[in-house]
Amino acid sequence: METRNTQITDVNPVVHARGSQQRKTAAIKLLRQPFLILAIIVIFALLALFIVFPLVKVGTLSLTDDSGAFSLDGIREIFSNRSYWQTFWNSIKLGLIVACISTLLGYLFAYAITRVKMPGGKFFQTMATLPIISPPFVLSLSMIFLFGRQGLITKGLLHIDDFDVYGLPSLILVQSISFFPVAYLTLTGILESIDSSVEDAALNLGASRWHIFRTVTLPLSVPGIASSFLLVFIQSLEDFSNPAVISGRYTTLAVEAYRLITGMYDTRGGSILAIMLIMPTLVAFILQKYWLNGKSFVTVTGKPTQQRKKTSDPHIVWPLFTLCLLVSLFIILLYGTVLMGAFVKTWGINFQPTLDHFKYVFSLGWDPLRNSIVLSAIATPITGILGMIIAYLVIRKKFPGRQVMEFTSMLTSAIPGTVLGIGYILAFNQKPFLFTGTAFILIMAFTFRNMPVGIESGTSTLMQIDKSIEEASTSLGAGSGPTFRRITLPLLKQAFFSGLVYSFVRSMTAVSSIIFLISPRWNVATTRIFSLFEISKYSDAAAYIVIMIVVILAAISLLNYIVLQGSGKRQQKKRNRV
Amino acid sequence: MNTNESVETSFGAFSGRSSNVTLKNITKVFASLDTKKEITVVNNINLEIAEGEMVTLLGPSGCGKTTTLRMIAGFEDPSSGEILIGGIPMTTVPPNKRGISLVFQSYALFPHLDIWENVAYGLRVQKLPKAEIAQRTQKAIELMQLQGMEHRFPAQVSGGQQQRIALARAIVIEPRVLLFDEPLSNLDAKLRERMRDELRSLQKRLGITSLYVTHDQAEAMAISDRVVIMNEGVIMQMGTPREIYERPANRFVANFIGKANFIPCDIAGYENDQAVVSIHGKQLRLPDPGSSRPAVGSEASLCVRPEGIKLSREETILGGKVTRATYYGSHVEYELEADGLPIVTEQNEAKESELFHVGETAWLTLEPELIRLLA
Repeated sequence: METRNTQITDVNPVVHARGSQQRKTAAIKLLRQPFLILAIIVIFALLALFIVFPLVKVGTLSLTDDSGAFSLDGIREIFSNRSYWQTFWNSIKLGLIVACISTLLGYLFAYAITRVKMPGGKFFQTMATLPIISPPFVLSLSMIFLFGRQGLITKGLLHIDDFDVYGLPSLILVQSISFFPVAYLTLTGILESIDSSVEDAALNLGASRWHIFRTVTLPLSVPGIASSFLLVFIQSLEDFSNPAVISGRYTTLAVEAYRLITGMYDTRGGSILAIMLIMPTLVAFILQKYWLNGKSFVTVTGKPTQQRKKTSDPHIVWPLFTLCLLVSLFIILLYGTVLMGAFVKTWGINFQPTLDHFKYVFSLGWDPLRNSIVLSAIATPITGILGMIIAYLVIRKKFPGRQVMEFTSMLTSAIPGTVLGIGYILAFNQKPFLFTGTAFILIMAFTFRNMPVGIESGTSTLMQIDKSIEEASTSLGAGSGPTFRRITLPLLKQAFFSGLVYSFVRSMTAVSSIIFLISPRWNVATTRIFSLFEISKYSDAAAYIVIMIVVILAAISLLNYIVLQGSGKRQQKKRNRV
Repeated sequence: MNTNESVETSFGAFSGRSSNVTLKNITKVFASLDTKKEITVVNNINLEIAEGEMVTLLGPSGCGKTTTLRMIAGFEDPSSGEILIGGIPMTTVPPNKRGISLVFQSYALFPHLDIWENVAYGLRVQKLPKAEIAQRTQKAIELMQLQGMEHRFPAQVSGGQQQRIALARAIVIEPRVLLFDEPLSNLDAKLRERMRDELRSLQKRLGITSLYVTHDQAEAMAISDRVVIMNEGVIMQMGTPREIYERPANRFVANFIGKANFIPCDIAGYENDQAVVSIHGKQLRLPDPGSSRPAVGSEASLCVRPEGIKLSREETILGGKVTRATYYGSHVEYELEADGLPIVTEQNEAKESELFHVGETAWLTLEPELIRLLA
C-alpha cells in the first residue's frame, strides 16, 4: 500500500493530462450515439421550459413593479401586512403538527404490519394506503357530513346547533389521515430493509422486545422517521383542497395565493405568497434528499435475507391491533359517510335514498369528468415514459449536467401545485408559448408535476439491476436505444407500472396545480367538485367523488392488465413465431 | 441507426475480421472515492494477443486484470495508451461496435427473456433475416447442449446451464474476440473443472481470439496458451504455463503460481550459461539458473519448487526440523524449518519406513537442474 501511494504522487502531473484525454474520448464516444444526445437535449429543453421557466417567471414577477422594473415594493407590502405573516405561520404550524401526527400513525401501522403477527394484516395495509388513491375533498366532505351544521353526529346525535367544523382542528384531522399513508410507505420501506438478523442478534443477546425496539429498531429507523416527517410537511404545506373547503378563518398560503389571484386579480401578490410557500418546502426537500440520504444506515444488498420472525407476544399484539383497528374504523367511517351522502336526497334534512346526484353527474356534470379522464389518460403514458428515460439517463449514463437533470426533474415534488400553476399562467400566456386555455397546458402540468415518483421508483429499480446485464446487451452489439428498449424497459416494468398508476391517480385528483389553468372548454372534475362545495351542493360532490373512485380503481386494473399481463402475452406470441 | 451502421462499415477490418488484440502503453487512473488522490489501477501495460490465441490475465484481486478486460470491451476508457483490434485503434469505437463478446462473472443473462431469446439476442439486434437467426441460434444451443430448455427462463435452470447459455449467447454472434471475466467462479469445484475443459476445447475448435481473466492459478494453467501474471497494475511476467511455473521471473510470480522455497545465497560467479552460488560457504553449480542474473558477489535467492527438494537422513549442506507432515495419498508434504527458513517439500516415496516425523531432523538435497536464481 505504502509503495503504491508514493507511486501515485510521482505520476500526479501526468495524471491530469491523461484525465483530459479520457474526457475527450468520452465526449467522442457520446457523439457516436446520436439518439442518446438527442434524448438528453430534448429532456433538458423540456425541463427548462416546463419547470425552470415558470419558476423564474414567478420569481421575476415578485421582484418587479407594474412597469417591469426591479422593485422590492411588492415584497415590502406583503411583509408589512401582518395578516400575510399570520398566514405564513399558520401554514408552518399546520405542517409541523400534521407531520408529527402522520409520522406517528405511519410508524404505528408500519411497525405493526412488519413486526407483529396479528389478524387483519392485509386489511390494515389497504387502510393505510387507501387515502393515497382517493380523490381530494373526500375527507373534508365527510367531516362536513358528520360534524357540520347538518352533521350526522353533531346535529343528529348530539343535537348541537352551533358546532363549527371549520378551522384548525378539522384541518389537522383531515390532513393527518390524508397524508399518513406517505409516512406509512416510507417507514415500511425502512423497517423492512433493516436486516432481521440485527434484531435477532439483540434478541439472542438477551434483550427484551421493548429494549430491542428502543436500542436497535428505533435508532435504525430515525432517518426514515425524519424523511417521512419532511415529506408530510411538504404535502401539508402544498395542500390546497382541504384548507380551501374546511379551514374556515384559519388561512394558509396555498389558498390565500389562489384567493389573491382569482378574487382580487393580484397576480404579483399571489406570486409573492407563492415564493413564501416554496421556501419551506424547498428547504424540506433539500434536507430530505441530500442530507438524509447520506445518513441512512440501511444497505440494500439484493441478497434475499431470511424471513423475519414476527412477534406474537400478546402484550405487544393486542395494543397495536386495537390502535390500528380504531384508526381503520375511523377511515371507514369517513369513506362510508361520503358513499352514503351520494345516495341521499339532502344530507341532514332528507335521508331518502335517491340516484338524483348520479343522474346529475352523468348529464350536466359529464363533460368535466370526461375531460379529467381524457387528459389524465394522455398525460399518464407521457409521464411514465419520460420518467423512465430520465431515471435511466441519470443512473446509467455519464454526461455533463447529469446532476442538474436529476435535481430539476425531481424539483416538482417540492414545488407546491399552486406555485407551479401560477408559474404556468405567467409563463405560457404569450407567444411563442401561448398555451393558456388549452388541453396541452393541463397535460404538461400533470406530466411535470407527477414525474418525480416515476423517476424515483425507476432509479431505485435501476440501482438494483446488475449493470452487467445492460453491458451484456451492449457487448452483443446493441446501442443505447435498443438496449433501453429491449432490456432496461422490460426490467423496469414494475416501476413503470407504479409510475403510471401514481401519475394517473394524481392527474385525476389534481386541484392546486390546475385550478388556474382550466378554461370553460377544459374544465375538469376536481374543480367542478370545488365549485359544488362553494354552492354547498355536498351530495352532488359526493356522487362525483364516488364515481371518481370507481374510475380510478378501474384504471388501475386496466393498467395492471396492459403493462403486466399484456407484455407477457406479446412475448408468448413472439416465441411462437420463432 | 443508419449513421451508426455506416460508421461500422467504415472500419474495414470488420470484413477481414483479423482479430489480434494489441495493448499499447495502457494506463488507467481512477479517482479514489474518499480522498482527492488518484489510484493507478493499470500501469503502462503492453500486450499482444495473437489470432486464435487464448491468453489469461492472472493475478490477485485488485491487480487491474478486470479493468484491463473492461477497457478492451470498451466499458472503461484507458487514461492513456491505445487498444487495437485487428490493427484498428478502438479508442473511439463504442463497445457495441467492437465485435467483442464478453462472458460475465455473473453471466448477466436477461431475466425477462427465455433461453432461446437470450441466445438469439445479439442476432436480433443485428436485424438478421429470421431464418438465419433461427438456424444460428439452434446451432449454438446444440453446441452448448441446451436442447429441450429453449423456452425456460434463466432462473429456472442450474448454474452450469446458465454458464452454457452465457457462452452460447456470446459465441452465436461470431465475435472477433471473446472475453471471459472469471466466468467459472460461481460454479462448484467439480463443475468448474469440467466447464474449464469444455471451454478450452470449444475455444480451440472455434479458433476465437480469447482473453480470460481469473484469480485461480490452476484454471489459468489448464486453459491458456499463455498466461500473463499481473500485480498492482503491472505485468509481472508472461509466458506459457510451463515457462511461468518453471522459470518464474520474480518472487511474486514464484509464490503466486504453485508453491516455492526461497533459499538465500551469494553469487560466486557465472560460467557460460551456468551459475555458481555459495550457501553456508559451500559451492553449488546451477546448470539452468534462469534469466535473472544478479551481480557477482551480491546476495540472491535460490527458488526451488517443493518437488525439487529431496529429503534424506544423510547429512547434506542444509538440514532442518520437520514441523508438519501431511499425508495426501499420492505424496507426503513436509514443512520444515532450516536455519530459520520455512521450507516446503513433496516426497513421493510414502513407504512407512521412509517417513519423517514431526520434530525429526531431515537433510535437504536440492536438484540443481530445478533451481532458478532470483535477485
